[in-house]
Amino acid sequence: MFDGYTSSELMSIFAMQGFAGLSLFSVFVLMAMGLAIIFGQMGVINMAHGEFMILGAYTTYLTSSFFQSYLPGLFGGYFFFAIILAFLICAALGALVEWLMIRHLYHRPLDTLLATWGLSLIMQQAYRSIFGAREVGVDLPEWMMGAFQVTDLVELPINGLFVMIIALSIAVAVYLLMYRSGWGKNVRAVVQNRPMAEAVGINSAGIDRATFALGCGIAGIAGAAFTMIGSTGPSSGQAYIVDTFLVVVFGGAQSLIGTIISAFGISQAQSTMEFFLSGSMAKVLTLLVVVGILMLRPEGLMALKVRR
Amino acid sequence: MGTTDKNASIRSPGKRPGFRKSLMTLAASVMLATSAQAATPSTAEVNTTDLAVTDDTVTVGILHSITGTMAISEIGSVQAEKLAIEQINASGGVLGRQIEFVQEDGASDWPTFAEKSRKLLRQDNVAAIFGAWTSASRKAILPVIEQYNGMLYYPTFYEGLEQSPNVVYTGQEATQQILAGIDWAVKEKGAKSFYLLGSDYIWPRTSNKIARKHIDKLGLKVVGEEYYPLGHTQFNSVINKIKLKKPDVIFASVVGGSNVAFYKQMKAAGVDFTDEKPLLLTISVTEDEIRGIGGDNVEGIYASMKYFQSLDNPNNKEFVAAFKETYGDDMVIGDVTQAAYLGPWLWKAAVEKAGSFDIDKIREEFAGIEFTKAPEGYVRIHENHHLWSKTRIGQAQLDGQYKVVHETEELMEPDPFPEGYQ
Amino acid sequence: MKSSSPLKWFGSREGLYYLALAFLLAVILPLVLDPFRLNMVGKYLTYAFVAIGLVMCWGKAGILSLGQGVFFGLGGYCMAMFLKLEASTPEATAIQSTPGIPDFMDWNQLTELPWFWEPFHSFSFTLIAVIGVPVLLAFVIGFAMFTRRVGGVYFAIITQAIAAILTILIIGQQGYTGGVNGITDLQTLKGWDIRTDEARTALYFVCVGMLFLCLFVARLVQNRKLGRILVAMNAQEMRVRFSGYDVAAFKIFVFCLAAAFAGIGGAMFTLIVGFMSPSFIGIVASIEMVIFCALGGRLSILGAVYGALLVNAAKSGFSESFPELWPFAMGALFIGVVLAFPNGLAGLYRSYVMPLEDRLFKRGKAEAQTSAEPVATTASAEKTDDYDPMINTYSPEKS
Repeated sequence: MFDGYTSSELMSIFAMQGFAGLSLFSVFVLMAMGLAIIFGQMGVINMAHGEFMILGAYTTYLTSSFFQSYLPGLFGGYFFFAIILAFLICAALGALVEWLMIRHLYHRPLDTLLATWGLSLIMQQAYRSIFGAREVGVDLPEWMMGAFQVTDLVELPINGLFVMIIALSIAVAVYLLMYRSGWGKNVRAVVQNRPMAEAVGINSAGIDRATFALGCGIAGIAGAAFTMIGSTGPSSGQAYIVDTFLVVVFGGAQSLIGTIISAFGISQAQSTMEFFLSGSMAKVLTLLVVVGILMLRPEGLMALKVRR
Repeated sequence: MGTTDKNASIRSPGKRPGFRKSLMTLAASVMLATSAQAATPSTAEVNTTDLAVTDDTVTVGILHSITGTMAISEIGSVQAEKLAIEQINASGGVLGRQIEFVQEDGASDWPTFAEKSRKLLRQDNVAAIFGAWTSASRKAILPVIEQYNGMLYYPTFYEGLEQSPNVVYTGQEATQQILAGIDWAVKEKGAKSFYLLGSDYIWPRTSNKIARKHIDKLGLKVVGEEYYPLGHTQFNSVINKIKLKKPDVIFASVVGGSNVAFYKQMKAAGVDFTDEKPLLLTISVTEDEIRGIGGDNVEGIYASMKYFQSLDNPNNKEFVAAFKETYGDDMVIGDVTQAAYLGPWLWKAAVEKAGSFDIDKIREEFAGIEFTKAPEGYVRIHENHHLWSKTRIGQAQLDGQYKVVHETEELMEPDPFPEGYQ
Repeated sequence: MKSSSPLKWFGSREGLYYLALAFLLAVILPLVLDPFRLNMVGKYLTYAFVAIGLVMCWGKAGILSLGQGVFFGLGGYCMAMFLKLEASTPEATAIQSTPGIPDFMDWNQLTELPWFWEPFHSFSFTLIAVIGVPVLLAFVIGFAMFTRRVGGVYFAIITQAIAAILTILIIGQQGYTGGVNGITDLQTLKGWDIRTDEARTALYFVCVGMLFLCLFVARLVQNRKLGRILVAMNAQEMRVRFSGYDVAAFKIFVFCLAAAFAGIGGAMFTLIVGFMSPSFIGIVASIEMVIFCALGGRLSILGAVYGALLVNAAKSGFSESFPELWPFAMGALFIGVVLAFPNGLAGLYRSYVMPLEDRLFKRGKAEAQTSAEPVATTASAEKTDDYDPMINTYSPEKS
């Protein structure tokens, strides 16, 4: 298997594969974070999660076009605006969707699945009508292209690093928000015992709306980040949905740490297998292993200890 | 073509002898059928099979996906076919009849394609169907169109291994694209080693099979072969492998959204295609795809196809101008779009040569039909229903266009069942 | 609870509903529609098999599977493999490098038939496999999941992942499966050309017959104690368990039943449409199947049939006239059914049409015969089926 490689090449393989795994990891974290909040904390299955990501991506696309046309001087920094804008737009739409649809369905989790699937169909077709069926290309500012040359063989892509930084910051921000802020405390109180939380004066409906909006907003940021490495088209979102749900479920739905650990495990497994096997089989094997483990340990890696 | 007999019985053996005979008597019929159609012939004369032909109109079908995941790719073909129909109508129609079309949506769903083609043939009685894009949709249509004896004009470059009496393949089959491309890379660029990469379905796999056989024959080396599921967006691992194996040529047949991810990640990983090596030769990225990928991500890659929007000839200039006038200045035209444009014109030529809309009569006339106003320059229908065409190598430019760097001297013979490559 | 003799049952209201459906499918539609449209209705009906299974498994027992396409596909592939082998006689494939194997295998350099294709030379084996393979997989999944008390959302997501795995696998292993193109160009069944109009019409009637068989099996299950336990399980799983029932076994049973229905539907689909491809297995197809069931009314097996027919007919109709609008309509359908009509068409029928019917029915009955007993019993049977899911079915996930 390692025949024909020198030891320095082998070192580079491991370094670069490690990095490939890490960038896949950050992609998974970005995808799963928003869903982990919505699904894990609220029990709502948002099948339109991928479409919210694509909304973020289209926002980025529009921002970049706007900067190119009107503010070419600031083009280098448009991405930061795009991220903020993507977050705001997706969060606003999320809040609207929660108000119109989700709040009527909190007692019927399987029905949220169907309703949000319907929403995803509508959003996809809306993108198709507005932006056209073709994929749009998002231009990156010059400084985000290219790679750091570490050694002769090892090169680290700058946009990959950038995605990693975004993923990391979001993970930290979500952690702080959920576990170190008063609002997060309220969210967790509502998740664990809604009537009691309401009894002590927490506005549970408001918390729900804000939580859902937050999850959608994070999906928007993820979408913005993915314009750097993936494609932006009306149906691109669907490609992410299975992976995303598996990451969240595998990690144990109610545990944000679990989500991160599972994202790490799945991404490392997949990128290692991709190196030694062909791409399709690596994907099948990874999914099989995850489903297999879930069958043996249905509560996921990190579960709240509860009786079922 | 030496393999005609072998091919002739690949589908519906019962029907084939007639078809083969028609190929043999072809030379004779070419002579007979060239008499000009001065006056509009009567409907009874040109339509003995209950097609939707009236004294001044003829109805054809357009069957592509305009919703669903494939809509991205197929819309260009719809536009080109409509443009061709419009132009034909403006120039007096076919046998004095204006073309009307029924457009159906395949919705990126193969049974829908089968269902709609059945509708077009049985309810609308169309005289021709311009449509299908993916191999899967063509395979779904095929039994229907053979059963009801319709005629499909199929625009996409595809994997070959098929030759139906009821289909005209206006795109290239695999060997036309691949052999010329690899020969060019070997001769002009001195390529010695190849890395084959594709999306995981029949076209890339068959293409890479042909490529591998050809590379073996040339005594050169394939250092890797890899497939990813459709829609896959993480290519870091394969990029690492490519960096390690250092192939001279990356031979890519990645399709759809995966393309965008692949080229962006290649670029980000520090691979500069404007350098001599590695050279990337693709058979799947047309100008259409570059719009989504971004010109800066693919600058310098080479594509092996029969048509590029930048082709410098009067036909193409006219075509590009007409296309942009109809659909807007920001339109780009890729290989398949051009091939789709050929469909109605070739049909018109065949109908006028046969002096009839009847499928069986048209079929007799196919072999040898030329279209001199083709944007790609000149095409001729081979007796195996594919097109003789030149293969060109283009290099992608920053603005998303290809610059033609090489062109085969002769028309390439289509060979859907290439001996020694199966 | 039920009328004792079959004859009486046909006279009852429920029996009349079945008769009406049978009349519609077997008499009216074949008379009104040309063979082309009838064939399309036949295709829609194959989805009704899946929808009936979903009513049992999701509506009654509360297990939502987003992977029904897997079972539909497996049944369809089993049938397609048989037909493909029949079409690939050594004579018909004489030009291949290895005659006698399906064309796509030859293109992929396979030189002999893979072992798992061999048994599909036999028609009786194929018929068993059409039901057996989906049921076996359903049993394995169900056993692994339900004995560990995985349910609800988790089950839905895992079945969805299984659909994804199977799709990638079939596409990736194209030498053995035909890949993304699927298994195409199927011609004859035991020498009988299935592509002619007559054959298609005959197959339509076979399909209707099979559908009613499945309907009666489903009805049998739902009206026995078994059906009541399923419903009880959905509402209060703990209490059922504490009453000494093996909840997992019941769930496995109903999941396998749904898989068997889906498998039959898939096989009929292959026969009627003439090919099978991985696009019917995937996630999108599987979720669409759920909407057939939801639109018809997730608690009504007859509703499921109407749901499958209506959604598909609307899809064809819409995409012929306004292709761009179809996804919007479909999306609105999902949302509307969930938010406004959780009991679907059957629910609407019960609340708006049935009262009218009651008035007519009762008056007629009272005049015709003094004993109103059969009416009362069937009405009460209907009533028990018709408990309101809004009140107690969709309690939040127990954790």
